[in-house]
Amino acid sequence: MINKLVLENLKHRPVRTLLSVLAIAIEVTMILTLVGLSRGMLDEAGRRAKGVGADVWIRPPGSSAISFSSAPMSEGLLKYFGEQPHVTVATGTIAQPIGGIDTVTGVDLEKFSRLSGGFRYLAGGPFQAPDDILVDERYAKQNHLEVGSQLKLLNKQWRVCGIFETGKLARLVLPLARLQELTGNTGKLTQIFVKLDDPKLTNEMVRSFKQKLPDYAIYSIEEFTSLFSVNNVPGLKPFIYVVIAISVIVGFLVVFLSMYTAVLERTREIGILKSLGAGPNYILSILLRETFVLAAVGSLLGILFSFGTRWLILEFAGATLTAMITPDWWPTTTIIAVGGAVMGSLYPGWKAIKQDALEALSYE
Amino acid sequence: MSRSGSLISIHNLSKSYRVGEVTVDALRGVDLEVGASEFLSIVGPSGSGKSTLFHILGGLTPPTRGSVSIDGVNLAEMSDAGRTNMRKTKVGFVFQKYNLLPTLTARDNIAIARHIAGKPLEHDAWFTEVLDLLGISGRLDHKPRAMSGGEQQRVAIARAIVNHPAILLADEPTGNLDTKNSDAVLNVLRGLNERLGQTILMITHNHEAAAYGHRIVNMRDGQIVY
Ligand SMILES: Nc1ncnc2c1ncn2[C@@H]1O[C@H](COP(=O)(O)OP(=O)(O)OP(=O)(O)O)[C@@H](O)[C@H]1O
Ligand SMILES: [Mg+2]
Repeated sequence: MINKLVLENLKHRPVRTLLSVLAIAIEVTMILTLVGLSRGMLDEAGRRAKGVGADVWIRPPGSSAISFSSAPMSEGLLKYFGEQPHVTVATGTIAQPIGGIDTVTGVDLEKFSRLSGGFRYLAGGPFQAPDDILVDERYAKQNHLEVGSQLKLLNKQWRVCGIFETGKLARLVLPLARLQELTGNTGKLTQIFVKLDDPKLTNEMVRSFKQKLPDYAIYSIEEFTSLFSVNNVPGLKPFIYVVIAISVIVGFLVVFLSMYTAVLERTREIGILKSLGAGPNYILSILLRETFVLAAVGSLLGILFSFGTRWLILEFAGATLTAMITPDWWPTTTIIAVGGAVMGSLYPGWKAIKQDALEALSYE
Repeated sequence: MSRSGSLISIHNLSKSYRVGEVTVDALRGVDLEVGASEFLSIVGPSGSGKSTLFHILGGLTPPTRGSVSIDGVNLAEMSDAGRTNMRKTKVGFVFQKYNLLPTLTARDNIAIARHIAGKPLEHDAWFTEVLDLLGISGRLDHKPRAMSGGEQQRVAIARAIVNHPAILLADEPTGNLDTKNSDAVLNVLRGLNERLGQTILMITHNHEAAAYGHRIVNMRDGQIVY
């Protein structure tokens, strides 16, 4: 019976209901999109790292999995690693930021092939001329590039010579030596990959490399990809928390206002219910159920919207951004939305209980 | 104090409202006995305290002084929760207008009174008879705005007695109705009283309406005058 009254009340003011639901949906979408974006980006980086096929990653002293140090390593290290037992391939790359979060990577294609089986070309093929560049499928799609297209990078015109399947190491690839020379880093590398003849020896080898080169950041591939998590990106977690807090406040305020006006508008109805013998719990239960329906429908809609925002991100910014759908966050965001909404309806509920039934029922 | 046979005993009842610095004496020493199955009309000028008397009887506000007992239970000794409870079962209210919840159908307006009292929602044989008597059986699935004022008022009466209250308090139930609707509502009240023995207290400004009652009580300046 209460549920019927709640539904009728919600239907009675469709715009109010719609706006409240929409506000809660946006709150939920905001959280889910941010989390999905963070996870998607990290997951994508992790997968590209795995796609390289190396067993051990070496980064310059003072760097982490996520960020590069400004001091690159010397190419001489390749020779050193190549001479170590069980090492079958050792190769290096240099990464150059090109604005935003994009980077272009210099790769020694011949050695990289031995490491990873090489890029899988969807169109075109390896470098043929000094001004050739390779791009991955997603970057090509986003920027409407085909084999033969021109691309301006690092103040130079490049010709796309091949498009490779996304998911291996990088998005934009130049010959290693060419990029080193262009950026004044001849003989320098930003990361080194090592492949072993037996992957089971990875942990042992990592330990022994670390002993010999204590300053360098040396990871097994497992370790390296596990570092691509929200916890390891400086500032990301607090950022997510701030966005959640803002979302909750917005949801709280909208529900507060919505329920507050509902209580004011229904002064007489609340008075009638009281005259029929409805106690505080009954009145509160009506308002809380109404709030709960708003929050639940809003959360559901917010989850649906998050598929939409993911589509938008992939469609319009797919070259640089990826987003994931994160079902494990659905309960969390729903609880957050319902919690904020319930808090928002507490004061209106209290006001409804305290409201004088007589004043509500007086005629003039 | 209560005379034997009285359903309602009111003795020396006073009620003062404080409005800012001013004290308004709405009731000043009311004595009244109402017997079971009586139909009592209360008339009096505006501001004479008629509604206030009802609000105290219905437990919507506590008295300042004096004693009121309904069915042997003294209201003055009741807590807020006790008075809320009393409204569920002992008294039924009908007001001048806007009595119904606008978003619910007539049927659901009646059902919610059952629900609040914690009773099953099905109509018993007695209530089916009431609905026939009120002539609203065919209007139950309409919402208030699709009904005439008289029909709304009759639904409000049905709702007020659906929980078998000891007393029905009707505060100017015809005050907002035309003659035709007003007659229908008054006939319904008399029918309820005669056929089902429902105790009714009715406030009215209209002397023709007051004549429907067994007894007429006049109020003036917060007191009953004879
Ligand atoms: N909640 C209240 N707060 C302050 N004063 C009140 C309140 N309710 C009633 N009064 C005052 O008490 C007096 C009696 O009011 P009451 O409503 O009982 O009169 P009434 O006989 O029902 O009048 P009417 O015929 O106009 O309905 C009036 O002076 C009124 O202003
Ligand atoms: Mg009055």
